[in-house]
Amino acid sequence: MVLWFILTLPLIAAALALWASRHRTVPGGVTVLATALQLLLALAVAARCASGAMVTALPGWVSCDAFGALVLALCAFAGFTAALFSIGFTRRATQPMEAGRVRRYFVRFNLFLVPVLAVPLLSNVALVWIAVALTTLLSIFLVSFDQSTAALEAAWKYAILTSMGAALALFGVLVLYWAMRQGGAEDFTWSGLAAAAGAMPPLLVKTAFLFMLVGYGTKAALVPFHSWLPDVYSQAPVPICALLSVVETTTLPYVIVRLLPLFPGKAGDGAGRWLLAFGLLSAVGAALLLVQVKDLKRLFAYSTIENAGIILTAAGLGGAAGYGSVYQLMNHALAKPFGFFAAGAALLFAGTTEIAAVQGLGRRSPLAGAALLAGALAVTGAPPFALFLSELSILQGGAVDHRFLPVALLTLCMVGAFCAVLYHVTRMVFGRASATGPLPAFPRSYALALFVAFVPVVLLGVSLPASVEHLLRLAAMALAR
Amino acid sequence: MPDPHISVTLVNELNLLAAGLFLLATFGLVATRQVLDCVALFAGQSVLLAASAALLGHEAASDHLYAVAAITIVAKALLIPWLLRRTASEAVVARREISQVLNIPTSLLIALGLTILAYFLAAPLRAAAPSGQVGVNLPIGLAALLIGAFTVTVRREALPQVLGLLSMENGAFFAGVAIAPDLPLFAELAAAFDVLVIALVMGLLTRKLHERAGSTSVADLTDLREE
Repeated sequence: MVLWFILTLPLIAAALALWASRHRTVPGGVTVLATALQLLLALAVAARCASGAMVTALPGWVSCDAFGALVLALCAFAGFTAALFSIGFTRRATQPMEAGRVRRYFVRFNLFLVPVLAVPLLSNVALVWIAVALTTLLSIFLVSFDQSTAALEAAWKYAILTSMGAALALFGVLVLYWAMRQGGAEDFTWSGLAAAAGAMPPLLVKTAFLFMLVGYGTKAALVPFHSWLPDVYSQAPVPICALLSVVETTTLPYVIVRLLPLFPGKAGDGAGRWLLAFGLLSAVGAALLLVQVKDLKRLFAYSTIENAGIILTAAGLGGAAGYGSVYQLMNHALAKPFGFFAAGAALLFAGTTEIAAVQGLGRRSPLAGAALLAGALAVTGAPPFALFLSELSILQGGAVDHRFLPVALLTLCMVGAFCAVLYHVTRMVFGRASATGPLPAFPRSYALALFVAFVPVVLLGVSLPASVEHLLRLAAMALAR
Repeated sequence: MPDPHISVTLVNELNLLAAGLFLLATFGLVATRQVLDCVALFAGQSVLLAASAALLGHEAASDHLYAVAAITIVAKALLIPWLLRRTASEAVVARREISQVLNIPTSLLIALGLTILAYFLAAPLRAAAPSGQVGVNLPIGLAALLIGAFTVTVRREALPQVLGLLSMENGAFFAGVAIAPDLPLFAELAAAFDVLVIALVMGLLTRKLHERAGSTSVADLTDLREE
């Protein structure tokens, strides 16, 4: 029952936002309330799943296990913080007369959340594909909110490239269904497929896996299919960047990694090698691209690609690093919204996201400067932030299994990304203030969103509560093979 | 040389014909310059997909595949062309594509190469699980998937790119009616909904591009290139 509530809440919120057409503040208020409720429900589901239970709403179609609950809670959290930030954003980005634009923004925001929350809750693999495809389609007009030619161009690239990926993944899904039927099974769900793993023709499963890896990998912006992502993030509104970034590094690794149990025994090494190859290519490629970045939002965009690469590399390593993979997935999804919100605050005080044009942000607004510095440290995995612990756990896990080459490469790109991001950000924060003119007030919703996003990153960096660790252990079992 | 996987009956012959015409329509999408003709070709391609689904449904006595054929006709052959014409303005639909990345003979040669590649890719899969019409539908569907992706990359007008995208999905489903004939009907319906949303969203985006940039030539969109 609770799963149905989670899925219908955004729809109700969208309807309410649409209905309250005259009022400028109602759509945002409704959205914040609905996302807060979603977050509470998602945490309740996660708590139940952490005790090892399955939460089922409709057997074979809608259910949730530990891995699903983790992704669900992370997306709900990102939705809530992004909704908070959106209130201040829409107030600043629109004219007082443009109540219609604000309304459309929040209606689309809520509609976008439906497929996002549906991905971890659906168990039928064909329906999961549809939900993933819809996460693209329903976010296109959020990306092009700015209405400029550049924003429309970014939206076009995003739509075309990720939909091409979706078509390739669709072929993979159909081949997987074929393989399942050849194996004599009937149940086209994650668990049904895992149970039939041994009986399915290996060649068909491998073909399906590769098509789905490339298809979903395009949406997850793995190198070399990443070209759309920095363009989109440079144009999309800040709260949408935060939300998209979480969606791309949680739901997409989720649907890819869920295929690993289909490879029993030796075959698992082959699938793992593919993940390792794409993961390392993305992590190393993004770390190199981080050096030449000229725009703050693109900086965080490449960091998102790097983290998607780290998560998949760790999943491909398997064994002890498998736990680190879901740990990293959680910590990145908690840290990245904070990073983007800090970039949004910096944009407010500096007037631009062009890195070379900004200096002395800390002088102009100590709060925005401190937030940006903390955001840079948090997303690159510096202590005392949570990402540091998960990166360490991946490296340790890989070293325990004697996978020294991938571990060395990962270490290099983690350190490289850290240096590159800090090099750019410190130049912006310190020095003499470049921007002049009257100081804008720090919007309360920005401050609130920053605070809410900041708390878990720091707390989980200090210690990991036993219940969360248990949820992560259970989730990591999903990628054991 | 007769293929041992294909038994020669009237239904199979008709399915072969539908598959051949389906591939021809896919080639047409690569080569046609007039946007309106591209829309018509896509509608025709969808009708052929529905025909193949109905023929396989007749062979397997499966109501399920008849339903798939009906969904395909309604969503892809009727609603999508209508939606694209409605949302993207007249001026867009009536356009002719002037410049192409590759000229038409080269594009067609590459499409031919992709078809041969699809046959080679499909051969071991057929051997792994030989059944019924898979030998016809799988390679042709895979070819349409690859040629669709190629169409998206070489076309420089917005709507032909969208149609290339939609023909990729048609290709996947052309293989799908043979390899996954009993996919739950709910999933088929949801997939049809998904392609309708694609047509609607992309049509609206095309219109906005036309209003903003004064052109729907995607080749002109180069603001975001990184140096």
